[in-house]
Amino acid sequence: MINDSLKQLSAALAAKQISSVELASLYLGRIATHNARLNAFITVDREKTLAEARSADARRAAGETGAMLGIPIAHKDIFCTDGWRTTCGSKMLSNFVAPYDASIIGKFKQAGMVSLGKTNMDEFAMGSSNETSFFGAVKNPWDENAVPGGSSGGSAAAVAARLAPAATGTDTGGSIRQPASLCGISGLKPTYGICSRYGMIAFASSLDQAGPMAPSAEDCALLMNVMAGFDERDSTSLEREQEDYARDLDKPLSGLKIGLPKEFFAEGLSAEVAQKIDGAIAEYRKLGAQTVEVSLPNMGLSVPVYYVLAPAEASSNLSRFDGVRYGYRTAEYRDLLDMYEKTRAEGFGAEVKRRIMIGTYVLSHGYYDAYYLQAQKIRRLIAADFAAAFKQCDVILGPTAPTPAFNSGEKASDPVAMYLSDIYTIAVNLAGLPGMSIPCGFSASGRPIGLQLIGNLFSEARLLNVAHQYQLQSDWHLRRPTGL
Amino acid sequence: MPLSPQDVLHIARLARLRVSHEEAEKARIQLNSIFNLIEQMQAVDTQGIVPMSHALDVQQRMREDTVTESDQRNKFQTIAPAVENGLYLVPKVIE
Repeated sequence: MINDSLKQLSAALAAKQISSVELASLYLGRIATHNARLNAFITVDREKTLAEARSADARRAAGETGAMLGIPIAHKDIFCTDGWRTTCGSKMLSNFVAPYDASIIGKFKQAGMVSLGKTNMDEFAMGSSNETSFFGAVKNPWDENAVPGGSSGGSAAAVAARLAPAATGTDTGGSIRQPASLCGISGLKPTYGICSRYGMIAFASSLDQAGPMAPSAEDCALLMNVMAGFDERDSTSLEREQEDYARDLDKPLSGLKIGLPKEFFAEGLSAEVAQKIDGAIAEYRKLGAQTVEVSLPNMGLSVPVYYVLAPAEASSNLSRFDGVRYGYRTAEYRDLLDMYEKTRAEGFGAEVKRRIMIGTYVLSHGYYDAYYLQAQKIRRLIAADFAAAFKQCDVILGPTAPTPAFNSGEKASDPVAMYLSDIYTIAVNLAGLPGMSIPCGFSASGRPIGLQLIGNLFSEARLLNVAHQYQLQSDWHLRRPTGL
Repeated sequence: MPLSPQDVLHIARLARLRVSHEEAEKARIQLNSIFNLIEQMQAVDTQGIVPMSHALDVQQRMREDTVTESDQRNKFQTIAPAVENGLYLVPKVIE
């Protein structure tokens, strides 16, 4: 049962082969056995989970039949969850019990999905290895010496180890796709504005976007049907018709035009990853797709642009953590300024402080034009590159990350090396486009490798179709780490 | 232009982060390596390019100016570090 897809779990629940309480207990048992080693969850609350499962069973007994009713899911600890501790991976919020639900949490509850707990993450979603979490690093279930990626590394590891059938994540510069790639699962970052940001603790508001993480593209489509949609409480939420994201899954790919950006296959890409991506391209050709070379000439600038814009937005967003209304407050202080400075120095970790300082500097008097404004201008050039490429192709294909999962500690003391591990994902956030990572093989040492698919604005259903058709021909997404 | 130790202390002060001189020195080295990366942007000619502040060019929505939230003061204050009589307590600001 733990290898069942969401569609299979849904059928089993509908056929009363299993109850939601039994299903939740199964996963809670796996969490109890394996979490101490993997550290994928920050907070697990067996009683709360079982109460939600009982309620789902009661709703079914009363005649309700929703597709996701009674299915368990794990939530990244960035989503405020009423009555649950919501830490965002930080000491600053280590005692924060959210007083309300994020919109997305509300949608999952309404659909009858059962929360298995809150997953570990890089502090305030700032990181690519999960090593910046105040609650300790997450281990990659495929290899405990490897990082799971970040920032949604806890969600990725939980799904890869089947401690949860699915999870939520957020992606500001690759935080869904990169850990999905490193842990061998599927993950989708939707078009900016599709999933509500209300109650999702803000990092860089013009880039942050929530999305699903699960073994397969089909699972992701079913989760999107729950989590997408307009929300008046998010000022950048898009007013669009509700979509069925699974509607195109079965469409054949004949005639599909796949763009291969030459910049994705240049220096910096490991030979092992390149080889697996080439294998996937060959598979797509067999499925009837054509490939065309495209160019994203400004892609190399996406990392520098991102490390101006995201820290700038973060320095503003994180100014709310001042020890006054919620969260951590330092024990001893002389006056208000002393309280602010000590609270923030003690409550934030090194990477978060680094980014707050970058952001403060680039927004400060005399530097705004040279950094912030220049970055915003290049952001437009990057978005224009994608728009030009999509005149020649339907989807763009490339690697998700330049290498398979790296070793724990390998890049922890070199921020720039860490930042460059998101080189293929960041541009997608800057342009607001949907992107997805799906498994396409393993390295010689047995670490997963992910394939990235990028679509034009609002083309999620098409991306999911392209991913699903590949997954009908491959079994990488069905592989599981041994010993779990 | 590389950041000096004084620059780092100034930035930290603006950001309301207490840093020791030792921490400032460590931060200075790391921030400078990050700014080396960021400096790549300066070689790009962006004359005439309109800055892109958001992923999608959408208008800010307006809504009726009506009360939509209920009073949840007690619920919100149970998670505050220090409250008294419904007020958030901070060190004395005005003598």
